[in-house]
Amino acid sequence: MASPLEQFEISPIVPIQLGSVDVSFTNSSLWMVITVVVAGGTLAIAAGRGAMVPGRLQSIGELLYEFIAGLIKETIGAEGRKYFPIIFTIFVFVLTGNLLGMVPYSFTFTSHIIVTFAMAIVIFIAVTILGFARHGTHFFAFFVPPGTPLIMYPLMIPIEILSYLSRPISLAVRLFANMMAGHILLKVIAGFVAAMGVFGILPLALVVALTGLEIIIAFLQAYVFTILTCLYINDSIKLH
Amino acid sequence: MSEPERPSSLDDLNQRLKDARGKFAPDAAPEDEGASSGGLGLGFRVAIDLVAGVAVGVFVGWLLDRWLGTTPWLMVLFFFLGAGAGFSNVLRAERESRKKPD
Repeated sequence: MASPLEQFEISPIVPIQLGSVDVSFTNSSLWMVITVVVAGGTLAIAAGRGAMVPGRLQSIGELLYEFIAGLIKETIGAEGRKYFPIIFTIFVFVLTGNLLGMVPYSFTFTSHIIVTFAMAIVIFIAVTILGFARHGTHFFAFFVPPGTPLIMYPLMIPIEILSYLSRPISLAVRLFANMMAGHILLKVIAGFVAAMGVFGILPLALVVALTGLEIIIAFLQAYVFTILTCLYINDSIKLH
Repeated sequence: MSEPERPSSLDDLNQRLKDARGKFAPDAAPEDEGASSGGLGLGFRVAIDLVAGVAVGVFVGWLLDRWLGTTPWLMVLFFFLGAGAGFSNVLRAERESRKKPD
């Protein structure tokens, strides 16, 4: 029987070697391209019509727009308007990737830590640059929690810096761990269906329920990834 | 006949613009933050935040050790600092989740 981990295997589709670096176009890359095409295509069609009374597709587009706009207003406030494009892109990319991963025989690139970590580190570096651009060297004050007595500085500053550095890790791990755990669980339970014969109906029912739960998690984790990005941007703009 | 209608539609547009701008008024302060999604979500977040702090501490300590040749003392020191960072992450997450009344 196939291992429940087989679904995460990376297989090159078009092998490309650049010097000593393997930059092959893999199944993971393929699904990222599919995600971009599906998300971009859906939104392009949704935005193209511009009808006064929105159809189904346009409703999806408007719902997404208003959801992210509301999220930014709540977490960052009026200043956050500028960052709408990047936040919206992150949300739609992660959400579409998670949802496409639920399609049987597809590949879930968000269940690979290198993918989520790459996104997290880009966000982390961008947010740090934003902080320095906004506040200059005053941004270092971010590492001193307000109300710290001077004698605690040698202890608090390293702790705050480490806490800051741990952000991309917790951001990446949260998305990756949720997606990977869910997909392994589905495969393991599904493995019982064939093994248990007639009683396989029980795990089958469980798989159906878990598939629903996974779709919720796909939304939830995309939301969490996005809201944390918003909070980090907010921290950089406002310092504490 | 159409003359009197135009100012009124302009006023209307003005009003709508004002309303739209009001939605993003600068004093529309953030009122609820935090990625709370019930107890499970918060628990998961706390667990990852705690471990991430320790992991980053150990990694930074290990890097400094390799650079300065002080193996393993800085790693030990940064393990504890990392644990402190992890706890500080958790406290912050908890504070954020409490800000939101639910």
